[in-house]
Amino acid sequence: MAGFPFKGETTPTIFERSDTGRRGTRMTRTDVETRPMDELIPARHLRSRPARLPEVPENEVIRHYTELSLKNHHVDRALYPLGSCTMKYNPKVNEATCRLGGFAGLHPFTPQASAQGALRLMHELAEMLKEIAGMDEVTLQPAAGAQGEMTGVLLMRAYHDSRGEGETRRRVLFPDSAHGTNPATAAMAGFDAEEIPSDAAGRVDLEALRENLDETVAGLMLTNPNTLGVFESDIVEVSKLVHEVGGLMYMDGANLNALMGVTRPGDMGYDIVHFNLHKTFSTPHGGGGPGSGPVGVKAHLAPFLPVPKVVRRDDGSYGLDWDRPESFGKLHGFYGNFGVMVRAYTYMRMLGNTGIRETAEAAVLNNAYLTELLSEAFDLPYGRGMHESVFSGVSLKKRTEIKTMDVAKRLLDYGFHAPTVYFPLNVPEALMTEPTETETKQELERYAEAMHAIAREAETDPELVSTAPHTTPVRRLDEGRAARQLDLKWSFPEDAEA
Amino acid sequence: MSFIPHSETDRREMLARIGVSDVRELYDDVPEEILLDGDLDIPAPLSEWEAVRELAELADLNRSLVCFAGAGQYDHHVPAAVDHIIRRSEFYTAYTPYQPEVAQGTLQAIYEFQTMVCELTGMDVANASMYDGPSAAAEAAVMSRAVTRRSRVLAARTLHPHARKVTDTYLQGLGGELEIVDSGPDGLVDTGALNGALGDDVACVLVQYPNFLGCIEDLEPLAEVTHAAGALLVVLVDPVTLSVLRPPGELGADIVVAEGQPFGNAPSFGGPVVGLFAARQKLVRKMPGRIVGATVDTEDRRGYVLTLQTREQQIRREKATSNICTNQGLNALAATVHLSLLGREGMQEVAESSVQNAHYAWRRLEDVPGVTPLYPETPFAREFAVATEENSRAILERGFDAGILAGVSLSRFESLEVPDGLLLAFTEKRSRAEIDRLVDLLAG
Repeated sequence: MAGFPFKGETTPTIFERSDTGRRGTRMTRTDVETRPMDELIPARHLRSRPARLPEVPENEVIRHYTELSLKNHHVDRALYPLGSCTMKYNPKVNEATCRLGGFAGLHPFTPQASAQGALRLMHELAEMLKEIAGMDEVTLQPAAGAQGEMTGVLLMRAYHDSRGEGETRRRVLFPDSAHGTNPATAAMAGFDAEEIPSDAAGRVDLEALRENLDETVAGLMLTNPNTLGVFESDIVEVSKLVHEVGGLMYMDGANLNALMGVTRPGDMGYDIVHFNLHKTFSTPHGGGGPGSGPVGVKAHLAPFLPVPKVVRRDDGSYGLDWDRPESFGKLHGFYGNFGVMVRAYTYMRMLGNTGIRETAEAAVLNNAYLTELLSEAFDLPYGRGMHESVFSGVSLKKRTEIKTMDVAKRLLDYGFHAPTVYFPLNVPEALMTEPTETETKQELERYAEAMHAIAREAETDPELVSTAPHTTPVRRLDEGRAARQLDLKWSFPEDAEA
Repeated sequence: MSFIPHSETDRREMLARIGVSDVRELYDDVPEEILLDGDLDIPAPLSEWEAVRELAELADLNRSLVCFAGAGQYDHHVPAAVDHIIRRSEFYTAYTPYQPEVAQGTLQAIYEFQTMVCELTGMDVANASMYDGPSAAAEAAVMSRAVTRRSRVLAARTLHPHARKVTDTYLQGLGGELEIVDSGPDGLVDTGALNGALGDDVACVLVQYPNFLGCIEDLEPLAEVTHAAGALLVVLVDPVTLSVLRPPGELGADIVVAEGQPFGNAPSFGGPVVGLFAARQKLVRKMPGRIVGATVDTEDRRGYVLTLQTREQQIRREKATSNICTNQGLNALAATVHLSLLGREGMQEVAESSVQNAHYAWRRLEDVPGVTPLYPETPFAREFAVATEENSRAILERGFDAGILAGVSLSRFESLEVPDGLLLAFTEKRSRAEIDRLVDLLAG
């Protein structure tokens, strides 16, 4: 399915479709006796000039955003192999259940008696996540993976503080392959973020780890499988070493899709793990959110979890417990991204115990197969990963001067999204490829054929590749100019004249 | 059921090509001692219908009530066209626009969103959104510290208690603590108290507009004393009211944040919603989160990209302005479509109807014994607080029986230091008859 409609056509902004006095959807008008606005609110508080929202009829609004939508690549179009993002199929039934009136219409301050279904769903979702991760408690509050990480790091802080070691344990370690949110989160929580090197196989270098471990370490943040897709096979030893110096083990759960139902973070020695419901549990990525980043912990960290906690009371009812004196605080305005939880719960109930394991196995199978199909054309410096493999375009670049970025752009012409590129940082010209379990054998083959074709084009017609994409709504965009000449909102013509 | 597409033949062929006989051989790197023994202890698979039935049963355990609760989340009508657009899988099954050539739909919609946020708040620049209002407030505090290189953060007592708690949590790690500035008897921030608390080590002051208890703060004098001390004024707003009230950008705010739920998003038990974040131009390079900018392609056509990424974690790592990695893309899209559908007049009508309904309720409650406005002389927009002689939780329980969510109990929030009572909120959806029922309920 190569090519997009609207190739080369610019869509005017919604503001350019606006015309004075036009109306979209009619809203309810009040039926009480009204008073002039300035009798209700003193004139000095009243807005003098209305916000210049667009004035567009409903059907034109629909056409505008429909046209915009057609310029997006998306999972329902073709393979979306963004490594570490787990762009699996989003089951449509999830979109129906999260919109049930009893869920979508629920005000967060509704009395607990009128929210029993929601609270029970949250409690049972947490129970399933506990079992999958081998953890003792779960909070569903974090709104995304990055907020889950922050929860994890604040848990480290609260735990060490409670033991009188908050002042001395200043360092959070992570491998050089780590996602950028790991060091950014550690810094946001006031820790010194320190990188440790990987060994030749792409795993934590045990010697380097030992050298870095002492009583100043708060914890180690370690994705598993790591961002190279490689399982940290020394994980039990790593956990033991970190625990021996009193540190905590944190697992970034970005890659849990490879492992669920097969092995559990809790059994590997992790104390904290965050989940990404929008990756592993099929909730849609929404063009960049909403996500949901629950966090599971072992019992010794449970008292510090954020408030409120969903609890099942002795009488069988469900409630929110705010009275948790050792809690580190709160991250979300309410209880987390509930609508995302409903989707994930629906998915997990359908998969059930066996489906969850089979999903992980199929994700690993699909990646192994795709890796097999691609490994002739692209380097694989750290070998085949579990659910994802990180290829490198170094040889191709040496041979043809075609860079990974060019390959990525050319893939768009073939109707696919590109893999994650130039990440992880320890792989030059990286192409981090994650097919997920929901792709057919035939779709993987189609993608592999496109990659081979591009590798051939790099030899025979390099300019075709280096100037790609050719079939997309726009060609390569000038990112430098975007940052230098900032244009972050529509300029109304009257402002330009003024 | 599961979503694995392979036939037995496919699977066999794939395994043969890989050169293994069983998929479990691909797990050889996992030490035997940590392999799970047997199945997970969670329920067996369900068919789609069985799952739908179970979910519908759970949803039915929640009661739908006529909603007079606000406190950050408001019961506005969301036009059907909003959900139609956000259910287009071109939008909801896409991800962060890492390849802008095939994400122009998402990028342009965010650019339009940023424009609308600037228009409503009166600010120069806005980002692509945050998780929610409270985390946007917290990020604003963190950003203010970085901008001013100062450490103390002040907040009005009438800041949303949840925003206060979230901000406090975000500041914890940085060695800061939120300090509270009290209000006067009129419910408004006491300028004298604020002046006393300010100093050359204060990074910012967080206030809410209208404040948590509904009172419309006088932002100009607050901005004046805050700026005189070299600090930034951060204003958390109810964005619906900005179609009636003067925007904080005209009143001296440096950063404006909001809970954007009322624009296009269902309450959904508090999430997912969308945080709005806007600032003055000179602060743009210190803003957290994704920002979309317009540029041109190689053929000089207009197009959109994520810009100023050197602020962000994927490049700056531990020196990033924030660890935030996504925005609330689909929720921001819902807000954009909602605001486009309502437009200039429609949004104003929604805000004015909400204000009219609130003031009608206020007038009716004047005659109700045992119910007293907390701040009888102070201007309010669409939300106000009353003290109640009857225990507010008892009133809510009676309301529950009558199918009414009679506001939010003030006794939930010890940190406000106000008497027991209710915070009542009004939207365009509330009819006169429903408001009369609320008044009857409060009258006992």
